[in-house]
Amino acid sequence: MANTREIRRRIRSVENTAKITNAIQLVAASKMRRAQDRALQARPYAEKMQAVLGHLSGVAGDPDTAHPLLERREINETTVILITPDRGLCGGLIANLERHTGEIVLGPEAGGSGDISMIPVGRKGGDYFQRFGINFRASFQELGDYPGLAETQPISRIAIDDYTAGHVDQVLLVYASFVNTVTQTPVTVPILPVEPPPSDEESSGETQYIFEPSPQEVLADLLPRYVDLLVYQAVLEAAASEQSARMVAMRNATDAANDMIADLTLVYNKARQEQITSELLDITGGVEALKG
Amino acid sequence: MPLTLEIITGERRLLRQEDVDEVIAPGSLGELGILPHHAPLITSLVPGELRVKTGNDVEEFYIGGGFLEVHSDEVTVLADAAEHGGEIDAERAEAARQRALERLEQATDADRARAQAALARSLQRLRVLEHRRRRGGGGREMSRPTG
Repeated sequence: MANTREIRRRIRSVENTAKITNAIQLVAASKMRRAQDRALQARPYAEKMQAVLGHLSGVAGDPDTAHPLLERREINETTVILITPDRGLCGGLIANLERHTGEIVLGPEAGGSGDISMIPVGRKGGDYFQRFGINFRASFQELGDYPGLAETQPISRIAIDDYTAGHVDQVLLVYASFVNTVTQTPVTVPILPVEPPPSDEESSGETQYIFEPSPQEVLADLLPRYVDLLVYQAVLEAAASEQSARMVAMRNATDAANDMIADLTLVYNKARQEQITSELLDITGGVEALKG
Repeated sequence: MPLTLEIITGERRLLRQEDVDEVIAPGSLGELGILPHHAPLITSLVPGELRVKTGNDVEEFYIGGGFLEVHSDEVTVLADAAEHGGEIDAERAEAARQRALERLEQATDADRARAQAALARSLQRLRVLEHRRRRGGGGREMSRPTG
C-alpha cells in the first residue's frame, strides 16, 4: 500500500489537471455558442444566393460553356482543401478528418484520378500531410476563432485562380460538418467546377426575371462569390465543430479526473485509517508490555 | 403596397424593413430606383450608395458591390459589404482614400486594378457620409441587425 503522502500528492496533481480541463471546457462552450451563431447568420445570404444561382442556371445557357467555373473537364489534377483546427485537445476530431482525407489523398484510388495537391487550412492537417510529401498549393494557419469573409477569401481565390488557369481540374473541400454538439462528421464537398443548385421549379416557372446587364454577366459576377461563400461557410462550420468537440472531450476529461480523485480519496482514507490503527496497536502493545 | 427591403451580407443581416416606399441602388448599369410593383429583376451592383425612402425619411447605406433581386415587392440586396450611413468611420475612409492614392501612383499593372477598386470604395463611403451630413444627419435610428 502506497504511503499517505504519496497518495496526497497524486490527488493534488489530478485536481490541478481537472481544473485545467474544466477551464478549457468552459472556454470552448462559450466559443462554440458564438461560432454556431455566426454559422446561422451566414445562412440567409447563402440561401438567397443559391436561389439566384438557380434562376440563372436556367437562362444562362449550356452550363459547360456559360462560364469557366462551370466547365467540367477531364480530371488530371485534384486539389483538396482540408480545414482542420490549429490546436489539439479536441478528442477524435482531427484523427477522423485525417483518416477521411487520407482515403482521398493517399488511398488506392488516389492515383487513379490523376495528381493530388492540397491546400491545408489549419496547422494540424498541414503538419500531418506534409509527412507524405504531398504538394501544397498554399497553406493557411491561425485564421482565428471567428474568421470573417476577409480571412477566408484568399483560400477560395487561390482555388478559383488555379482552376481558371487550368492547373487543377477539380477542387474538393473537406471539413468537419457540425451535426450536433456530440457528433461532427468529416464531409467532402466538391466546389469546383461549380454545380449549380437545381433551379427552383415554381418560381422560375412563373417568373421571368430581367437580368442586368445580362444573365451571363450576372453569372460571372456571382460564381466567384458563390465559391467564396462555400469556403466561408465550411470554415464557420468547422469552427463550430472544433469548439464543440473540444468541449465534449474536455468534459469527459474533467469527469474522469473527478472519478479518479474520488477513488484516490477512498484509498487515502483507508491508508490513513490503517496507519492510525497500527499506531494504536503499537501503543497498546507497549502499555501491555510495561504492565507485564 | 410598400416594399420589403432586406440587406444581407455573408456575415450578417444588416436590415429588414417592411414599409419602404422606394429603394435607389447603385446598379452596374447606373443608379436605379425601385418602386412598388417593379418587374422581377436581378442585377449586379457596384460599390456605391443605396438610399431607402420611407415617407419623408431617407436613409443612406454604403454597399460594396453585390446583387439585387426584386420579386413581388420584395427587394433583397446581397452585398459584399454593407454599412449604415451612421456606421461609417470617416477617418478610416479618408485614410483608405489616401492609401489608395499613394498606391495608385507607384502601382504596377497588377496592383493598379486593386488600388483603383480600393479608391472607388473609399470615395463611395465618403460620398455616403457627405450626403448624410448635407441632409442633416440623423434620420431614424439604425435598425438592429436581426437573425
